[in-house]
Amino acid sequence: MRAGVHSLTDVQNKILQSHRRFAEDEIAPHANAWDREGRVPREVVAAMGAAGHLGALIPAEYGGTELDMTEFGLLNEAIGFGCSSVRSVLTVHSMVSQAVTRWGNPEQRRAWLPGLATGEQVGAFALSEAEAGSDVAQITTVAENDGDGYLLSGTKRWITYGQGADVFLVFARHNGRHSAFVAGRDTPGLTVVPIDGMLGTRASMLAEVRFDNCRVPRSALLGRPGFGLAPIAAAALDVGRYSVAWGSVGLAQSCLELSLGHARERRAFGGPVFDHQLVQRLITDMATGVSAARLLCLQAGELVQGGAPTAVAAVWMAKYFASTSAFRAASDTVQIHGAYGCDPDGSPQRLFRDAKVMEIIEGSTQIQQTMIARLVPYEEKRP
Amino acid sequence: METVKAKVREFLRGYIADHEFADDEDIFASGYANSLFVMQLIYMVEREFQITVGDEDLEFDNFRSIDAVARLVTAKSAVPAGT
Repeated sequence: MRAGVHSLTDVQNKILQSHRRFAEDEIAPHANAWDREGRVPREVVAAMGAAGHLGALIPAEYGGTELDMTEFGLLNEAIGFGCSSVRSVLTVHSMVSQAVTRWGNPEQRRAWLPGLATGEQVGAFALSEAEAGSDVAQITTVAENDGDGYLLSGTKRWITYGQGADVFLVFARHNGRHSAFVAGRDTPGLTVVPIDGMLGTRASMLAEVRFDNCRVPRSALLGRPGFGLAPIAAAALDVGRYSVAWGSVGLAQSCLELSLGHARERRAFGGPVFDHQLVQRLITDMATGVSAARLLCLQAGELVQGGAPTAVAAVWMAKYFASTSAFRAASDTVQIHGAYGCDPDGSPQRLFRDAKVMEIIEGSTQIQQTMIARLVPYEEKRP
Repeated sequence: METVKAKVREFLRGYIADHEFADDEDIFASGYANSLFVMQLIYMVEREFQITVGDEDLEFDNFRSIDAVARLVTAKSAVPAGT
């Protein structure tokens, strides 16, 4: 049993270890190099597809693996352990997959899901804009009726895996409300401009996605007009937060294992660094944080799987705790490693930068604090 | 129908403590409904009444009031399984 995984049942632990083997073989050894290069090779995304990971939230009838939410969480922990950039690709792809599965009509599901399930088509979630991050209702991208289709105009920013994605789930103002559209990368008028050198998850291939009178057919409208933000974007972001929460557990687990290894090997003042009580305190906080975060994620997973309204608050709490805990773990990992922790070729500095991003994406720490506070009264009133 | 209305009322009370909605009151016009609210309302309806809210149900009129939600649930509950 690995350090800190005692919160899992034997079955859950076996599932996690199975996904960990994939992450340790295919992802973790290359994470630092991909971070430096600022890209995840398409072959790795293809390997994720071949392993069934990209079809995790897609029904079997469309070629997906249709994981339950706990196993999907464990998959995200394992991939997050290996590389947060790859986990980010899994996150946004799963958000798009969930949206098409849940809100697509039969024709749309048949058109998009088989390709998304295998990874032949990789999805990206095009919501954020320069002036619309947490306050998504402020988006200025517009969709106008154009015969039997729509014209999309506007610019999306910081779109995870925008550089590599084949399919974009785009949100736009439409007749005074917000609607969601599915647009293929090769749609005329759609341009992708790479964004490189971000603080963390540098290999997640962010992009600015521009829509210049980009014409999509009527069949591109996902769900009914006006329901783009609620429930389509809201439900997809819920999946994203759940994925990031579990990915943060994986990141923190990576910090814990790295820190334990270094503290046991590195000697100072006549013995291993681990023997120093101040270092033990850092390790203890890290291990406790990982276990507590994993338990919150497990609880959230059970509630999401059961469709409970309380799942929304549980996911917010899991993401809030896991991401802030992961950042503390990453900071302490750099500290325990000393100069090695700051080395550009080492993992600690990458984990530190990636962990900060976990506190920003899919709802910043401050937004979560506000939302959880608002949701608490509902929790208290339940019989 | 009354059971559905009672459940929706209970949900609304839990979510919006300082306002008692009339059965025909427009929830969206009240300014209380945000994207998170709509999502939770859909989750609640699906879980409590064992139905699935699909693309075809995404009409504002289906969620506009306690009466509207009750009509949606009643209509969907009347559909034989497997159709």
